[in-house]
Amino acid sequence: MARWLLTRTAAGLLVSTALAGGALAQDDGPIKVGILHSLSGTMAISETTLKDVMLMLIEQQNEEGGVLGRQLEPVVVDPASDWPLFAEKARELIEVEDVAAVFGTWTSVSRKSVLPVFEELNGLLFYPVQYEGEESSKNVFYTGAAPNQQAIPAVDYLMEVEGVERWVLEGTDYVYPRTTNKILAAYLQSHGVAAADIDVNYTPFGHADWQTRVNFIKEFGNQGKKTAVVSTINGDANVPFYKELSAQGVEASNIPVVAFSVGEQELAGIDTGPLVGHLAAWNYFMSVPTDANFDFIDAWIEYIGDENRVTNDPMEAHYIGFNMWVEAVEKAGTTEPDAVIDAIVGVTVPNLTGGYATMMPNHHITKPVLIGEIQDDGQFAVVYETPSTVVGDAWSDYLPGSDELIADWRAPMRCGNFNVTTGTCGGGGDGEG
Amino acid sequence: MRACALVLACLLALLAAAAPAAADDALRPEVDALGEGSLRDTARAVGELAATGDPAAVPVLEALRAGDLYVRREDGRVFAGERDGRDIRLYDVFTGEDLGTVGRREALPIRVNNNLRSTIDAALGQLRLVADDAAARERAARAIFQSRDPAALPALETALAAEENAEVRDAMELARAAIVAFEGADEAARIAAVERIAARGDREALSLLSSLARAAPPAVVEAATVGIVAIERRLAFWGTVQDVIFGLSLGSVLLLAAIGLAITFGVMGVINMAHGEMVMLGAYTTFVVQEIIRTTAPWLFDWSLLIALPLAFLVAGAVGVAIERGVIRFLYGRPLETLLATWGVSLILQQAVRTIFGPTNRQVGTPDWMTGAVEIGALSLAMNRVVIIVFALAVFAALIVVLRRSRFGLEMRAVTQNRAMASSMGIRTDRVDALTFGLGSGIAGIAGVALSQVDNVSPNLGQAYIVDSFMVVVFGGVGSLWGTLTGAMTLGVANKLMEPWTGAVLAKIAVLVFIILFIQKRPRGLFALKGRAAEV
Repeated sequence: MARWLLTRTAAGLLVSTALAGGALAQDDGPIKVGILHSLSGTMAISETTLKDVMLMLIEQQNEEGGVLGRQLEPVVVDPASDWPLFAEKARELIEVEDVAAVFGTWTSVSRKSVLPVFEELNGLLFYPVQYEGEESSKNVFYTGAAPNQQAIPAVDYLMEVEGVERWVLEGTDYVYPRTTNKILAAYLQSHGVAAADIDVNYTPFGHADWQTRVNFIKEFGNQGKKTAVVSTINGDANVPFYKELSAQGVEASNIPVVAFSVGEQELAGIDTGPLVGHLAAWNYFMSVPTDANFDFIDAWIEYIGDENRVTNDPMEAHYIGFNMWVEAVEKAGTTEPDAVIDAIVGVTVPNLTGGYATMMPNHHITKPVLIGEIQDDGQFAVVYETPSTVVGDAWSDYLPGSDELIADWRAPMRCGNFNVTTGTCGGGGDGEG
Repeated sequence: MRACALVLACLLALLAAAAPAAADDALRPEVDALGEGSLRDTARAVGELAATGDPAAVPVLEALRAGDLYVRREDGRVFAGERDGRDIRLYDVFTGEDLGTVGRREALPIRVNNNLRSTIDAALGQLRLVADDAAARERAARAIFQSRDPAALPALETALAAEENAEVRDAMELARAAIVAFEGADEAARIAAVERIAARGDREALSLLSSLARAAPPAVVEAATVGIVAIERRLAFWGTVQDVIFGLSLGSVLLLAAIGLAITFGVMGVINMAHGEMVMLGAYTTFVVQEIIRTTAPWLFDWSLLIALPLAFLVAGAVGVAIERGVIRFLYGRPLETLLATWGVSLILQQAVRTIFGPTNRQVGTPDWMTGAVEIGALSLAMNRVVIIVFALAVFAALIVVLRRSRFGLEMRAVTQNRAMASSMGIRTDRVDALTFGLGSGIAGIAGVALSQVDNVSPNLGQAYIVDSFMVVVFGGVGSLWGTLTGAMTLGVANKLMEPWTGAVLAKIAVLVFIILFIQKRPRGLFALKGRAAEV
């Protein structure tokens, strides 16, 4: 308790000094924007692209005159896929570089690692990746999908359109797959799927030998009921998994695999010929034929100078998040965090798939859910789209305890985990503000 | 991409051949209907197109299935198309005439999903039953077996009456049995059909019987249950065999990764943390070779892996020699410094590859001769796995021959057993050191060529194997190649036999705990070197 008080007081002091500093620095110098993505180590494969897209967006914004008449200046740091280093680099960005907002992190571990820093120093973080939910922080804006914006619509699609009755929930052994699968298992059982028809399995990070699992999936799928695999397999383990699927002849027409972590970028390392028809659920696909998307792709390819580079969902999330931040800053007339936090709720900007994204009071955004099938050219063809956008749900309705919580960061509530049963804010969750 | 373009070219050739000019406009309304409305409307249009029974519809449906049909936005006409950079090249759907490129904003691909693809397969099945090519007829029969579409029965009976090829007849009879078992009016005929399917004895038959057992008259259910029990008993036996073969396959991957380390660590005693990066260099060499072949000589593609093998050996070997000359030779006898220095080297190599090739995975293609499966009894073994098992054993044999039969092998063993004596016999020990390290690294490079077929080609490739490699070498006995072979196979099989019961995470933990306990009992591993050499 004493310790808590101490950090609170320290945080308060820091905030007030930061505010004083901010007031003094009201000049025409550039506004600094932090980019916190791994450029080396295991996560570089995914995160380097996001650094590049942020640099492109900032450059475009500067060409249009910047924000509040001031230019933007990107500050790039490399947390090197090292979770504690994420926290250090976040502190460096806010305290030393005095950035107005940070765009960054990919894995849930890295987000959890920087979360206390952003709350302590009152920084702003835009988090662009789909995640397991169960979190809402005053200082974080979740522009990726919550489980109800990705996993649940995907399962609905398979149940309704493909008539799937038996499910393999296959994931990598860490927090995102475990939470998502818990939500999905509860959801499936509430829709009349027997427990015997659900198989949940976890494999270690970087699992490379999928022979036994794929063989099991074939066995599990040959019980006379239509079977599908829901994959929350992460990162590098996907390529050997898909290679094994095609080596063992698992075809999408028999056992479709729907993945939540496989996008255009991950498919770049695989010959997708044998995988045609396997699915992925995202809120954006490169193949979506809208003019906004074509413009974005053209700009990206021109910026990066490589015809073969692809765009993907987290890039769109940064596109949306960045535009929301710009609009919120213009609206608030300052980059001061508390003013931006108040201004950004309700801000609506176009997304790349022909609709609009709105920042909700729980700091999640509205997104359409798209289901795509893998094509032989490494792209996805959209086969289903939710009729309207879906509001990101910070606290899942399908987990006991979590179903009673809501998040609302507007005045008067200003709470990330308000319990509607007891009518109080807080329960020791991460959203305690 | 290239394969896809090739398929398209063939399809277009077919289009041109199959459609005499007069038939064009006859099918035009049905074909244009494919591009209208939702997926469900497209499915209906496919049915109508198939119902015409016109052979000209076959290539159109094939193009649709492959996702190669486009609708032009301005007039709703349907074309065959091919992506050309960011534009789309359109062809006439019947004549294959090249109509030039349009921007991607002007023509949209017709959407196809799994259900629609099944509908197309069923439709194609009926149309193709009378194809000239026996393999096409067999595929058609299999498609009907899958779809069990009763509408295909008359066409199937006609085709069956005329069929002379025994294998195709077999497939057609099975397809007929699948339809009759579900839809037959006469109970005796249904039971006969069930028995016909049960005799097939594989997973697909099991799947079909299981769904039949849930919705059929009691007598049919009983026959199906008998069939299910028989098939399951057969599969259970083969299941164990399969687990062992999976284990050998995993073992051969471990062997490939570890065998180079058995030289550098096992024989020379150098703790080389950059060993995994040698594997990665081999995999990237394969990628570069394939890229060059793709752009300059596509017909060589089937040989790309064989061409990559010596190159990977040279590239990784050369880097190995450079590391030995540049870093390790100053650190002999100082294992901790060697460990840290080579760890640093591994990070440098990773980041160098990341800078040159980018952080994303690179695609290494599989040559045709490595795809498909080998059928043994009820087992179907993926061809790429079989090739890797054979390849690992071949590399092992070659290495044994080099060490036992060549002059270099003799010098190498002499130097590692007694450096001073070897030196005084006139062997240039520092040259042997460099070459030995180069040999170990080169073999890791060769392993990279094989691993590119089952794992990602990314800068992190090597890290995934470094721990496993050390485990295999230590478990097998430092300094013994036979120990490495036995160690790799034992760990592979143990892992795979355990995995179905415990899951992959626990199996991995159990194997680690087992090795720790084993090393406590036998610190020198399975095959401990005996005699004076062991004391050096």
